[in-house]
Amino acid sequence: MDFGSINPVILLASLMVASTPILLAALGEMVTEKSGVLNLGVEGMMIFGAVCGFIAAVESQSPAIGFLVAAIGGAALSMLFGVLTQIFLTTQVPAGLALTLFGTGLASLLGQNYQGISPPRMPEMHIPLLKDIPFLGPILFEHDAIVYLSILAVFAVWAFLKFTRAGLVLRAVGENHAAAHALGYKVKLVRFAAIGFGGAMAGLGGAYISLVRVPQWTDGITAGIGWIALAIVVFASWKAGRILIGAYLFGGITVLQLNLQAAGAKVPVELLSMSPFLATILVLVVISARRHGASNAPAMLGRIFHTS
Amino acid sequence: MIKFIKRPQPSKFWTLATPLLAVILTMILGGLLFAAMGKDPFEAIRTIFWDPLFNPQFAGYSRPQLLVKAGPLILIAIGLSLGFKAGIWNIGAEGQYIMGALTGAAVGLALYPLEAWWIFPLMIIAGAIGGFVWAMIPAILKTRFNTNEILVSLMLVYVAEQILASAALGALRNPEGNGFPGSRNLSQIEWMSNPELISGTGAHWGVIAALGAVVATYVLLNKHMLGFQIRLTGESPRAARFAGVKDKLLVMFCLGAAGALAGLAGLFEVTGPAGQISIDFGSGYGFTAIIVAFLGRLHPVGILLAGLLLALTFIGGELAQFMLGLPSSAIQVFQGMLLMTLLAMDIVVNYRLTLVKKEVA
Amino acid sequence: MKRRTLLTAAAASALALGAAMPSFAQDPVKVGFIYVGPRNDGGWSQHHHEAAVDMAEHFGDAVELVEQETVPEGADAERVMTQMALSGVDIIFATSFGYMDPVINVASKFPNVKFEHATGYKTAENVGVYSARFYEGRAVEGYLAGNVTESNKIGYIGSFPIPEVIRGINSSFHHAKLVNPDVEMSVVWLNTWFDPAKEADAAQALIDNGIDVVLQHTDSTAPQITAQKAGNVYTFGQAADMAEFGPMPRISSIIDLWAPYYIERVQAVIDGTWESDNTWDGIGAGMVGIGEISSAVPADVKAGAEALRDGIAAGEIHPFTGPINKQDGSVWLAEGEVADDGTLAGMNFYIEGITGEIPQ
Repeated sequence: MDFGSINPVILLASLMVASTPILLAALGEMVTEKSGVLNLGVEGMMIFGAVCGFIAAVESQSPAIGFLVAAIGGAALSMLFGVLTQIFLTTQVPAGLALTLFGTGLASLLGQNYQGISPPRMPEMHIPLLKDIPFLGPILFEHDAIVYLSILAVFAVWAFLKFTRAGLVLRAVGENHAAAHALGYKVKLVRFAAIGFGGAMAGLGGAYISLVRVPQWTDGITAGIGWIALAIVVFASWKAGRILIGAYLFGGITVLQLNLQAAGAKVPVELLSMSPFLATILVLVVISARRHGASNAPAMLGRIFHTS
Repeated sequence: MIKFIKRPQPSKFWTLATPLLAVILTMILGGLLFAAMGKDPFEAIRTIFWDPLFNPQFAGYSRPQLLVKAGPLILIAIGLSLGFKAGIWNIGAEGQYIMGALTGAAVGLALYPLEAWWIFPLMIIAGAIGGFVWAMIPAILKTRFNTNEILVSLMLVYVAEQILASAALGALRNPEGNGFPGSRNLSQIEWMSNPELISGTGAHWGVIAALGAVVATYVLLNKHMLGFQIRLTGESPRAARFAGVKDKLLVMFCLGAAGALAGLAGLFEVTGPAGQISIDFGSGYGFTAIIVAFLGRLHPVGILLAGLLLALTFIGGELAQFMLGLPSSAIQVFQGMLLMTLLAMDIVVNYRLTLVKKEVA
Repeated sequence: MKRRTLLTAAAASALALGAAMPSFAQDPVKVGFIYVGPRNDGGWSQHHHEAAVDMAEHFGDAVELVEQETVPEGADAERVMTQMALSGVDIIFATSFGYMDPVINVASKFPNVKFEHATGYKTAENVGVYSARFYEGRAVEGYLAGNVTESNKIGYIGSFPIPEVIRGINSSFHHAKLVNPDVEMSVVWLNTWFDPAKEADAAQALIDNGIDVVLQHTDSTAPQITAQKAGNVYTFGQAADMAEFGPMPRISSIIDLWAPYYIERVQAVIDGTWESDNTWDGIGAGMVGIGEISSAVPADVKAGAEALRDGIAAGEIHPFTGPINKQDGSVWLAEGEVADDGTLAGMNFYIEGITGEIPQ
């Protein structure tokens, strides 16, 4: 085996790009889940965001507007889920699955006229001075704005949940909605906000695929990444920092697998492809075993809240 | 202000009326969608809901096909409903379905070219075991380590899909298949096939099993202690524990039964309608069945009807595609709308809408 | 949407024509197509769809085209084809390998309906099969790749390890090696026909490993865009010309040209002369097109590639002409020997010099 041609610097740089959509979507879903809502519609929101962002970017010739519209689109679609689960008190699992079906179909309808078009290029932001640091410079400081934004978002979400009052309320709602309600917090409002945030982040993640990573629009462009994002949330046991690790690990395995093949190493493709999922299960088991039964999952995850 | 008051018992009237209302509402919304796309909405709706059942050109074939399409959905959904009733969330039926098909097919193919009547029954058992074992992973992890079964079962779907791809390309690949991926065609091997039992009905062993599962579950839930325990656990886990329900055993039972039924569905599909193990064998039945289970309100008869309704929109949607040139994405949106309205309508079954005056604080 | 409106306009004018000449009107021949992906997937399914539309436009009101997209292989395909047959179609084109057994099953129930199955090998009285010798085009790509590479490393993005793909890998490598003995090839398997994000990652991985020519057997343009970003990397259009990426990175392409075949076969149905066939056509018969070789290629290399193309088209050159050894060093083709179609159809080995293994 020859790994000589694999350059770790380049590998790390490209895994950051490959991981960004997962990171964004998983971060959003984590906030949603922290409020006690399990939205399985991530894939649908991502692909909807991907098409919204693509259309907006092409029409306006501005990637920034594209990302903005993608976030709005993802959030708008997630509101459908919000209305179903929070107002109509629908069970969350089937509502999320229906959302994915709906979002995928709608995205494909909207995108019909946008096949084979190139979107405006996203400028790379080479951060002066920092990018000249040997080794780390090219890895960390020669990306586009969204990559930086996604890492900032990890810190923002972490700080929001840990230090702000609103973050505390969100967690309280996710841990015990009855008590939160008794304390006078608006459980549904909080959950709507969390669902909307999840949708917006999924939309951004989708748009990153259609505007930067690929970049083009075709049906089915997200190819199951939304489902992976769901897995990463669990893998991270609902901690923002670990979402970053999880997303980069997953992106890393994907990129490494391809690099190993490109370098001519014998790689069992299927085994490597399933390894992130096996790892997630393992992590889950370890976490839940260590905590003697209490995994870090929000206690109210998936439960319907109704004030009688 | 409108307020929802939880009903002590689900409303009988609305239980029956809401699906109809939801379908009518979806027809209106979908009609608007189709009209916006420049298609005749009435023709589109008729093609989806009416033609598969009553159009003389198609009905003779489409009606039995409803059973073929609905069979696995019902079989899987029935199994899932047991767990869902008890608050056990197995959303990995797709993986269990795939593993059932794989183990069943593997047993059959290992015996090839042996000819004996017991091969098919043996494959059925293997299929059920395959699904069962795959579902036991989340079950054991949950009972031993309290690991969340939603996520483990979901993760195992991806693992199963990779195993499927690997089997279709490797271990189970048809040696006479000119190097293409995919196993031998089981439906063409006499002792391994799951044929249409009565010509023109579409009923194969999987459909029979689905109907059997509906009846058995109905009896279990209504006449049997275990059914009572399942319902009690779902409604109040604490009360159930006091009542002496062995909750770990219940988790094992619910997940295991769901896995075995999903495995059976996979086996009947691979030996019948699908015919062979291929990379794309998992066509999402396991996920669609979750929706079926909820549309049927976790009731065996409801699931039966929901499975048939969904199958109707699949088959009608196909007709609409090539008869009217509707894109498949429009059909997807339409199905999404149907599911959402059906789910949303549930509220009037379980809650009463009342107008209350805003209280003065 | 442009294509769609065009189509409706054509249909409208056809209708008008039909109305004007009632005495000539006869029942149009109804032609069904089923696709495994969305009809606008930018790759395999889209090319069949576009060829189907071209075919329908060619015949005008003599043909009625019905299509169904995103049909999963297996039971669903069987049902869709049966329903099409029941709706009165005269001929069905099933455009994916996985439809093979369903086609045979449905065909046995509808002896009066003709079936054409792409890339399969099972025929019947009313079932013909057709496929393209893409490996002929791959030879031209390999020739170009071997000439233009500076790092002497070329990469190949593979989809599934099936004979069709392996033929392409072997053919391109063989011809790259003929013009450049130092050339090495890396194959990356993706286990998907179409996943733009993964294809982009794969292209990036190849480029990161010093590869400067990327060939692809997956359908999206993502590798082209990745190569464009990277700079000095050469690519080839796959299935479509992908001319918008020329002159760099795309220096040529293999184009799927199904329309002439579709027109020929539907004409046969109209004439009542349709018979089951086993068509495997290449550049010569016009089923495989070689896209314009771009200005990024030196003139002499371009001339050489065109000579190779024309030689293959004329039947003077067989892309697999010995001496060629298998990967393990054993002799496959002796000096001057050409590969037989049977071996090619089931090809499951690499030729000598390719590193790595075919996934099993």
